[in-house]
Amino acid sequence: MGNKKRKVLSGDSLIQKSLRKWFPLFLLPMLLSFIIGFVYPFLRGIYLSFCTFRTTSDAKLTGFGNYAKALNDPTFMHAFWYTALFAVVSVVLINLFAFAVAYALTQKIKGRNLFRTVFFMPNLIGGIVLGYIWSMIFDGILSSMNTSILLETKYGFWGLIILMLWQQIGYMMIIYIAGLQAVPDDMLEAAKIDGANRWQTLFHVTIPNVMPSITICMFLTLSNGFKLFDQNLALTGGQPFIQNADGTVVKTTEMLALNIYNTFYGANVSARGTAQAKAVLFFILVAAISLIQLQYTHKREVQQ
Amino acid sequence: MRNEKRLSTFMTVLFTVICVIYVLPILTVVLNSFKLNTFVKTETFAFPTAQSYAGFKNFETGITLGNYPFFKAAFYSLSITLTSTLLILVCTSMAAWYINRVNSRFCKAVYYTCVFSMVVPFQMVMFTLSKTADELSLNTPWTIPIVYLGFGAGLAVFMFTGFVKTIPIEIEEAAYIDGCNPLQTYFRVVFPMLKPTMISVGVLEIMWVWNDYLLPYLVLDRKKYMTIPILIQFLKGSYGTVDLGATMALILLSIIPVIVFYLFCQKYIIKGVAAGAVKG
Repeated sequence: MGNKKRKVLSGDSLIQKSLRKWFPLFLLPMLLSFIIGFVYPFLRGIYLSFCTFRTTSDAKLTGFGNYAKALNDPTFMHAFWYTALFAVVSVVLINLFAFAVAYALTQKIKGRNLFRTVFFMPNLIGGIVLGYIWSMIFDGILSSMNTSILLETKYGFWGLIILMLWQQIGYMMIIYIAGLQAVPDDMLEAAKIDGANRWQTLFHVTIPNVMPSITICMFLTLSNGFKLFDQNLALTGGQPFIQNADGTVVKTTEMLALNIYNTFYGANVSARGTAQAKAVLFFILVAAISLIQLQYTHKREVQQ
Repeated sequence: MRNEKRLSTFMTVLFTVICVIYVLPILTVVLNSFKLNTFVKTETFAFPTAQSYAGFKNFETGITLGNYPFFKAAFYSLSITLTSTLLILVCTSMAAWYINRVNSRFCKAVYYTCVFSMVVPFQMVMFTLSKTADELSLNTPWTIPIVYLGFGAGLAVFMFTGFVKTIPIEIEEAAYIDGCNPLQTYFRVVFPMLKPTMISVGVLEIMWVWNDYLLPYLVLDRKKYMTIPILIQFLKGSYGTVDLGATMALILLSIIPVIVFYLFCQKYIIKGVAAGAVKG
């Protein structure tokens, strides 16, 4: 009741009236930048995906041609499947390790704060730098076998997985730790009194209680996997390349974001319309993942 | 009881080993930054020997590699990160307060557009954004913060609005009755209460802008201005011809400030990350 009353009052509160006059100072700077940095480029991007153009000034509307070209582009489809496979593998591995580490480091272990510090540290290093650190390490290992990470697709794939594990385990661990610490102690104690062993407690008490954290981390790693760019560019840059029978070159370790980038800024300037169409498809894919997450977490909240 | 103690000791030993393995990549960078170029590829994991030791020469060549002074790039990185973060904190927190307190239909539209922008990947707008920034001459380190404010507004507005909602409006009304105008109310009453959220948002923005590669690469005038990630990518882009030892020295120089920052602000960083993840 109290809450409702406040809402009615604040509907035309003292603050509201006087604040309105201050619009240019409070809202306008953010609004203008937001239009320059997001709204206008976004709308222009949608428009250009239906045009052929080299620069933005010579755009001509051509309908859905760009989308047809994008979907018939073998490099784009390859990048899509490669990215999807990468995302799925990385989601499973990152979450498995991150949860295990978080679970262990919420038990009574000496030095656990130091361990947490170490696990989180790689997160602060940027993707480009990370890529080069690991390309040096992998080449150091592979050069003794007379090969390189740039020579085989499977090295590039697993190399990137290892890199992402190193970077993201600590981040997800933080979220899992926050979730694990919120599990009520009396529930754990009750399980103990009822004679549940460690595994039973883990699967029947702890995990159901941290389901929200698990959902967040799964979707976070999934969309991180799909959006990956810097690390992909710095570690392999799409190498090794394979030439198909029809002359098209497929960059075997190129992921979606890098494929879009290469289509925009590659040698073929007339492909920019196709690149923008790819970007729109990519946006729809990423947005869909986020929407599913939103619905999923919402449903859970309602159930509880 | 005894069993549990033994398990705990075992876990401490186990995690010590894992953590040593975990920092090995960084140690490898340190080792190789003191090696001569030709030995980086052949003896990556060995300690520098009398033959392969380069001393601090790598650092000397590193800071001028690619005919672009490293410290210039570091300066631009630092300046862009600080100004963008400050601009984002001030403008989006003020906007979030305005949106929440005025609460008109227009404000709601702005808010939901901000939330929507959070799910749009950078590739969707990268071409048009860099063109727009060019047309408005936002392509210098002094003006790029406006681009960061624009593209990064979504998450910040979302997080600030979430917090403003929980502040009871009576406090602000009391300030108003005492004769404060909205600007005074904001800086004397609202701003101090926003501090924890400021730190969370600030940490997320600093980590994003400092490490960002593609946005500044596309927006800045590349011939004149490079940030650290752009410089490193530029150096490695010229395959093979580059001095690997010197590059490792550069990489080491670029991660030292980050690690120092982390060790000092660890508490806030971890809190900020947890808050951002749960809300985002």
